[in-house]
Amino acid sequence: MSLAQFVKNQSGFANLSISYQRGETLLAWAMVSPWVAGFLLLTAFPMVASLALSFFKWNILSPPEYVGLANYHKLFFSDPLPMHSLKITVIFSLASIPLNIVFGLVIAMLLNTNIRGLAVFRTIYYLPAILSGVAVAILWQWIFSSDFGLLNTALRIFGIEGPAWLGSKVWVLPAFVIMRLWSVGGGMIIYLAGLQAIPTDLYEAAEIDGANWWQRIFSITLPMLSPTIFFQLITGVIFTMQIFTETFIMTDGGPANASLFYLLYLYRQAFQNFKMGYASALAWVFFLAILLLTIILFATAKFWVYYEAESEEDN
Amino acid sequence: MSSKGVGLSARQIISKIFVYAVLAIGSIVILLPLQWMISTSLKPLSHVFRFPPEFWPQKIVWENYPHALTQLPFDLYFANTMFIVVLCLLGELIVSSVVAYAFSRLRWRGRNALFIVVLATMMLPRQVTMIPEFIVFKQLGMIDTFWPLILPSWFGNPFYIFLLRQYFLTHSRELDQAAVIDGCSRFGVFWRITMPMSKPVLGAVAIFSFQFHWNDFFRPLIFLLDQDKYTLALGLRFFQGTYGTEWNSLMAVSLVVMLPLIIVFFFAQKYFIQGVVFTGYK
Repeated sequence: MSLAQFVKNQSGFANLSISYQRGETLLAWAMVSPWVAGFLLLTAFPMVASLALSFFKWNILSPPEYVGLANYHKLFFSDPLPMHSLKITVIFSLASIPLNIVFGLVIAMLLNTNIRGLAVFRTIYYLPAILSGVAVAILWQWIFSSDFGLLNTALRIFGIEGPAWLGSKVWVLPAFVIMRLWSVGGGMIIYLAGLQAIPTDLYEAAEIDGANWWQRIFSITLPMLSPTIFFQLITGVIFTMQIFTETFIMTDGGPANASLFYLLYLYRQAFQNFKMGYASALAWVFFLAILLLTIILFATAKFWVYYEAESEEDN
Repeated sequence: MSSKGVGLSARQIISKIFVYAVLAIGSIVILLPLQWMISTSLKPLSHVFRFPPEFWPQKIVWENYPHALTQLPFDLYFANTMFIVVLCLLGELIVSSVVAYAFSRLRWRGRNALFIVVLATMMLPRQVTMIPEFIVFKQLGMIDTFWPLILPSWFGNPFYIFLLRQYFLTHSRELDQAAVIDGCSRFGVFWRITMPMSKPVLGAVAIFSFQFHWNDFFRPLIFLLDQDKYTLALGLRFFQGTYGTEWNSLMAVSLVVMLPLIIVFFFAQKYFIQGVVFTGYK
């Protein structure tokens, strides 16, 4: 599915032949003008500027010095940290995103079984999803404390001596994955809405045809939910790759750079070392990496995302 | 699936029990971190480092709260944060609605093409534009002021434009046309018909905006320097740097910082959930 098609599917009267009215067109441009201005000033210009800056060496104080591809050469070949941080950011995302999707789906399916107390459960599961930022990071830093933390205290009940989560090169990434699972309710609520929108006659027909529970899940529920899952996957990649506050507060990239996520490194280069040219190159490589991941995901969509035949309803 | 009227079979009863058990255990796991935070915030420091740790405080010290909250001018940080949050919220609500109206209720050439650009910017990681943006605000002399945090909100937010557009599209076009025939201007239709009909989605945008700017850390970290201008997020970070091992105080302040969001969530949960539902569609 292409983006253009997506927009076309969404807009109610895209397929009608339309005669445009002059007054309406003028009003429309007036109404979108703040966004157009913002797009030019806060997105388009800064994007071009940061691309241009990436070919310069600049510390803000002295005049910029043109260095060609030197920043990119450094980024890929002589400085080991950018690729290291990109790697751990991708590994973290590859673990965190699917786990959040699977847990979110399972909880949503359990909630969608005509249970009592749906509203209470939904509130509890969704609550952590609205919390984020510094306060949550500090809370989890304390939870992961090796001797006095909640997690290891709980594990001791089962006779397990937990690791020093945030102090361990091996366990620091799993710790971040666990922390992000706390806000699984954000996705859950979307899946729940999607599940409730699936027409029940589909299930009734399947039941008459003798389909068992697993067959109903795989031939009705998941295909009907696949556009929602796809949307969550795309936004999940963009959101999860940008992890910053948690690592800044909890580990400052440590131990031994094991949680040096990409944006933390970018932040250090730009706003602590004031290497604006190098940081711009880092930013562009990050942008292209996310773009590449998104394109790959869009390309896989036709194999697993199910769109209902376009309905011809126009409003 | 629902069993219609007839009594439940043994198998259905067992599966019901299983569902409730899993959901209950999950709920406990979800709530434990918050319980842990409250419990730690009420312990005397000597009990915080007791081994094995106590799930419930053996001795409750309410004074932890006033003690922790007066270490730094958190009232000032609260006022700064509210100022920024309210101005961002108003900007995003007003401007994004106006833009979304043009993208959904008006017919004009280039509309769909431009909307694709909106969607594309929604997917753009903001850090790519961060450095030039910082330099521009520096040139404008706006570093260490609230302007870089507030101004961008008054140019419309692509995510909220998307959300509002989706909602506006569900309104019937005949209503607009009837109002126009009755002599209402196009802008009048927007202000007097579309906006009042869109309270659920406006509520959702308001809450998302509040939540985002309340929690935001990256932008204040970059743009604010002077401690008098700190937001709660920056103040909390500074507090952590200074009192890093006083976990009872840290938990007390963290909880107070989370509290407004939790309160808003309980009163406006409906809008949160509706809003999320609007976003989740295809």
